[in-house]
Amino acid sequence: MVGIIAVGAYVPRLRLQRQAVAAAHAWFAPGLRGLAKGERAMSSWDEDAITMAVEAARDCLTDLDRGRVKKIVLASTSLPFVDRQNAGIVKEALNLGDDVGSLDVGGSLRAGASALLDALYAAKGGAGEVLCLASEKRKATPASEQELINGEAAAAILVGDGEVAAEFLGGHSTSVDFVDHYRSDGQDFDYGWEQRWIRDEGYSKIAPAAIKAALAKVGVFADAVDRFIMAAPLKGVNDAVAKACGVKPEAVMEPLAEVLGDVGCAQPLMLLAHALDSAKAGQTLVVVGFGSGCDVLVFRATGKPARNGLGVAGWLARRKAEPNYFKYLAWNGLLPIEKGMRAEADQKTAMTALYRSRKAVFGLVGGKCSKTGTVQFPKTDVSVAQNDRAVGTQEDYPLADRKAAILTYTADRLTYSMDPPLYYGAIEFDEGGRLFCEFADVDADDVVVGASMRMMFRIKAVDEMRDFTKYFWKAVPDYRAAATSALAAE
Amino acid sequence: MASGIKDRVAILGMGCARFGERWDADADNLMVEAFEECLKDSGIDVSQIGAAWFSVAFDAVNVGPSGIPLSMALRLPNIAVTKVENYCASGTEAFRGAVYAVASGACDIALAMGVEKLKDTGYGGLPVRTKGTTYDMIGAAGSAPGNFAQLAAAYRAKHGVSPNDLKRAMAHVSVKSHANGAKNPKAHLRKAITEDQALNAPMIAEPLGLFDCCGVSDGAACAIVCTPEIAKALGKSDLVTVKALQVSASNGWEIQGSGWDGSYFHTTRIAAAKAYQEAGVTDPRAQISLTEVHDCFSITELVTMEDLSLSDEGQAYRDVLAGKFDADGEIPCQIDGGLKCFGHPIGASGLRMIYENYLQLLGRAGERQRKEPPSLALSHNLGGAPNLNVSAVAIVGLQGA
Repeated sequence: MVGIIAVGAYVPRLRLQRQAVAAAHAWFAPGLRGLAKGERAMSSWDEDAITMAVEAARDCLTDLDRGRVKKIVLASTSLPFVDRQNAGIVKEALNLGDDVGSLDVGGSLRAGASALLDALYAAKGGAGEVLCLASEKRKATPASEQELINGEAAAAILVGDGEVAAEFLGGHSTSVDFVDHYRSDGQDFDYGWEQRWIRDEGYSKIAPAAIKAALAKVGVFADAVDRFIMAAPLKGVNDAVAKACGVKPEAVMEPLAEVLGDVGCAQPLMLLAHALDSAKAGQTLVVVGFGSGCDVLVFRATGKPARNGLGVAGWLARRKAEPNYFKYLAWNGLLPIEKGMRAEADQKTAMTALYRSRKAVFGLVGGKCSKTGTVQFPKTDVSVAQNDRAVGTQEDYPLADRKAAILTYTADRLTYSMDPPLYYGAIEFDEGGRLFCEFADVDADDVVVGASMRMMFRIKAVDEMRDFTKYFWKAVPDYRAAATSALAAE
Repeated sequence: MASGIKDRVAILGMGCARFGERWDADADNLMVEAFEECLKDSGIDVSQIGAAWFSVAFDAVNVGPSGIPLSMALRLPNIAVTKVENYCASGTEAFRGAVYAVASGACDIALAMGVEKLKDTGYGGLPVRTKGTTYDMIGAAGSAPGNFAQLAAAYRAKHGVSPNDLKRAMAHVSVKSHANGAKNPKAHLRKAITEDQALNAPMIAEPLGLFDCCGVSDGAACAIVCTPEIAKALGKSDLVTVKALQVSASNGWEIQGSGWDGSYFHTTRIAAAKAYQEAGVTDPRAQISLTEVHDCFSITELVTMEDLSLSDEGQAYRDVLAGKFDADGEIPCQIDGGLKCFGHPIGASGLRMIYENYLQLLGRAGERQRKEPPSLALSHNLGGAPNLNVSAVAIVGLQGA
């Protein structure tokens, strides 16, 4: 049976308070007050579509053997690299073998649903299990509606042939060059057309046609749909399309607008991952991706759990309100702040060295001495063990998914950081090995000797002279254990 | 079996430029300033110098590559000049090169010169620089205070010291050095401060405040060394000789291995033990008259007192608060103001420490002269960060001590 084997998600910790954004713009665009409800997920300066996709993938693959993944597909309209495969970086961060396929998908906000549909067709055709990721960190013009509506997050869905949580019944695609908005190459911001036209001529006509065709193909009546997942960020549109198709109003999934925001092409996959948390065996789910046409996917839940990690609810629960709109602007390069001369340090990367060290840098793979068991990072020719200078005995030893505890730390206000003070220090992995590294997503109270940490793939620095993003791992508080038990208790 | 360096080399003369924000001076000017004093003290002619060792640490804003800048600045007679760099321990490293050259018999008289021009960066603190291709991909983007501040977190956790007690001891370290620096005409910072000032200063890297950090200075210091026999032949009577010179470099155990808890300097303990043995010091607390240690940050000085066996482990903060290392204490530390106030022109610092010990031993330290005549003086010069460093310990003393 082909379908969804597992789902995962990632939501950055900070939640920009919409009220703060609207208040800042009230002098210029008082109409934005109407959108100033709740909060939207706001990634840190050191997160992008790649790092968020990595975290969602790890969430999805919790307790699963990563060797089963035969292909990674990364959908996004906000990938950091135009020519250097972004999915390939995710593959390295997940420390998968080189014998996996990888593909970036973009071009429209339909990309997430399209990628999922294609992954399912590929699985049907015998491609093996495909990890389908969708991740967005879109820029929005200050004082635009998008600035308030958008969110930043990533979803991960592992599809394949086997014991699935949701069977893929079928799908349908249409392609229509309906320009509700566009963004040209090299541009930061969208240019959009009138919403009434988008609603009446776009969603209301293009989506129902595709949905009806899909349902007819798989032989499901519209009124039998239990979960209708469409992520239109326009008010009332999801309900109107459902109604036009004959789908029950109660089947329409709440789009998480007030707690997450519209995460672009990742939104249908986020909502699907969220829906599968509570879908009962036999329930029918319809997923709609809209943008330059429409993709529709129909699933039937089997009752088998899809989530092994935190999932959407778990990540949403890890939150900190961010009332500072200036921080959002500065982190997104929308407010040129004085960074000081320390920010001028050349961040040039030697591609030769990066390639040689890719397992250490992207995969956080250290070494373990086959003779003494000494664990170290990075792996070296000569063991670091004080009592046994073994040569050539280090074997690959992945550290990224091992827990650690803080040994030393500081909060540095001198060194350049976009999130001062920069917390960093030594952490010691529970099963051996230590790392001096930067900490992320921390408050002062989190950082004490002995505090439990886990690793997260983040941006280390940006080489602004050559427009190259450098990635490495940082330690974050290990909220996972607590969050998992809290979820289980619910 | 090597017999060590004890008493095989004497200091013929030393010199030190005025440290500070020397907006008026290039590295060349600073070197000449130190060298003219040194040459006069030595009583020799430049043509008698057989070889030179030249220490600088920060190339990007300093003299540039090779030993040539020293040769040019002083117009040395085309002798060998070796440039050395070993982080902030470079100055002692240059001294070691010159001393070893004389001890080997390869040359009669050798020069060690250290210089650093740090105040051409345009900002406070040390220049940001690469730490190597691999480190830059996987290392934390920390500053010097941030790296050393971590000692405090680990020290508190290990010894159960409260943040307030440790911070107060750290403040005492700085108050003491400011008091000493105020008496030193060549010091960068010459104002006394109060404990309250130190405690309430702006935070740089928790728990290090502004006054927990040493001065970033321009400066130069140098030494001319020869055998005791040659020194005597040149008419010197009161000789200061080298008793021990030890350097220990981290091999990565602290940063990559297991067992180091972050609260002390592994290398300093090794270098100190070897230096005491080389110098024949069996009871450092009784035999070492005074110390100049690498007080880049107050917490560094504090834990170094333990690493040099001058305090029991976990007790240095009590000894500091009790005044054991004050100018009039049991074993004065930084009687010249230390890195904290004399200043820290990286490549010169190790030589500046020896310069002060040399003056104190000869009773030439002026207003700040230690009352009880010292016989053995130790300098400790550290480069890098607690988790990865080079530690140098030099002991000099009166001939016969």
